[in-house]
Amino acid sequence: MSPELLFQQALNGLSFGALLFILAAGLSLVFGMMDVVNLAHGAFYMLGAYVALTVVQFTGSFWLALAAAPVALGALGLAIEPLLLRHLRGRHLDQVLLTIGVSLVIVDQIGLIWGREVRSLPFPPGLDGTVVLIGGVYPVYRLFVIAFGVALAAVIAVIYRRTKLGMLIRAGVEDAEMLGALGVNTDRLFALTFAVGAALAGLAGVIAAPVFGLQPGMDVDALLYSLVVVVVGGLGTLGGAVAGSVLVGPVDTFGKVLFQEFALAVIFAIVALVLLFKPTGLLGRIRIAR
Amino acid sequence: MSAPALEVQDLHAYYGESHVLQGVDLVVRPGEAVALIGRNGAGKTTTISAIAGFLRPRQGTVRINGRNLTGAPAHWVARAGVALVPQGRRIFGDLSVRENLAIAGRPAANGWDEARVVELFPSLGRRLGLRGDQLSGGEQQMLAVGRALMRNPSLLLLDEPSEGLAPMLVEEVGETLVRLRATGLPLLLVEQNLGLATRVGQRVHVMNKGTIVFTGTPVELAAARDVEARYLGV
Ligand SMILES: Nc1ncnc2c1ncn2[C@@H]1O[C@H](COP(=O)(O)OP(=O)(O)O)[C@@H](O)[C@H]1O
Ligand SMILES: [Mg+2]
Repeated sequence: MSPELLFQQALNGLSFGALLFILAAGLSLVFGMMDVVNLAHGAFYMLGAYVALTVVQFTGSFWLALAAAPVALGALGLAIEPLLLRHLRGRHLDQVLLTIGVSLVIVDQIGLIWGREVRSLPFPPGLDGTVVLIGGVYPVYRLFVIAFGVALAAVIAVIYRRTKLGMLIRAGVEDAEMLGALGVNTDRLFALTFAVGAALAGLAGVIAAPVFGLQPGMDVDALLYSLVVVVVGGLGTLGGAVAGSVLVGPVDTFGKVLFQEFALAVIFAIVALVLLFKPTGLLGRIRIAR
Repeated sequence: MSAPALEVQDLHAYYGESHVLQGVDLVVRPGEAVALIGRNGAGKTTTISAIAGFLRPRQGTVRINGRNLTGAPAHWVARAGVALVPQGRRIFGDLSVRENLAIAGRPAANGWDEARVVELFPSLGRRLGLRGDQLSGGEQQMLAVGRALMRNPSLLLLDEPSEGLAPMLVEEVGETLVRLRATGLPLLLVEQNLGLATRVGQRVHVMNKGTIVFTGTPVELAAARDVEARYLGV
């Protein structure tokens, strides 16, 4: 591999990692706080992308779509938690079945509303060009994705460490029941958490759409990758989501360049290695494997 | 006469099919400190859980200051004035000591705040910036008590605050609880340490297999040799 190509692939890997972070942050938060593995997370991502498609069709504004999709998905999450999920608290198998059911319904409705053919979302104006970097041309949008992921991580970190809400989140991830005994309405906190998780999935869907397009099956890909990131990085911590994304993004990108269709095996080898030597994930506190 | 701080009547609770509480009755009167003792597995923590709203009882009632809060969610019970020092302390390890106190804050005029908690436990004052999981066991216990006091409670539940502490620290816990009792704060103290329980409790309930098998003063308990031998014997 030439140095130029190496550099380009490294940037691609980081860009993919940044996207994975946006995607996995919500899944990790919901798991950490509510002890729920939300298998509808990929469907939320997909719906975010299609909502963006429609917003762009009607208004022509990518930026409006980038704001509207998370709001729409947040509202959906805010409805699903109290109506459905809340009644299954502590019942893990039932939660798995429910969230699979929710994702099937969402994907089916997307097929009915938007059709099943491959669609694409144009790059936002101003970010559709290329720049020359170390002897090669590079798409500006991918640099934007990196910057967006880093900025989002910084914002989330500040909320986590510096605000009352962040304090509640950190405490709730550790022991939500105890938080209830201190007078915190954990029902409301859980609904809000689930809404934020869904909104982040929707946000990731919009960010990803110009690069990867919109098509059936994108929900499953997104779910798989976000599960891998969360397991590798460690469940339920912000640092874990960052570490997992920064590792999985580049590994997957280089895996695809070097091993083509065997790239997935590389990813699962990483998962196996991490779980073997660090059963909590890189930065997690909760043991995933025995 | 005003309503009891806590009145539990005929409480039944289950874990799945296992019938753990089989008709528990207990009363904590205003200003009173009551101890609940019994062997491991007797159902003491389950009783606390059912009062605190962690576990919904299947039968019976829980009244706090006359209000029926049977089966209410934990945050309702907390907002009704009940504070809990849980078994195992359950300090938030990822939060600083200061945050552990702040998160519980329920300000009241002339009530408990960070400054007063630090006055009660001076060693916490030197550790306000540390993470909860950097404290020693004894300090974590102080923090758990301080956190509960930040609620400015009208009833304090404590589940085995002496567990895992060195004898000298158990002594300190006892002193603290006697001081709190003197402020008129009603206490329900779950203990396996008979000495601590009878020192703090003005009345003692003995629990066995999910029911109360003895109620009386510490003096009456000391006289009831059979109770000690059958339910508390080592
Ligand atoms: N989460 C649980 N699930 C099932 N059984 C439990 C659970 N917690 C406690 N038990 C059982 O309930 C009984 C009472 O336990 P507990 O109230 O913790 O006793 P104590 O606090 O007096 O030691 C014991 O037999 C214990 O094994
Ligand atoms: Mg116990």
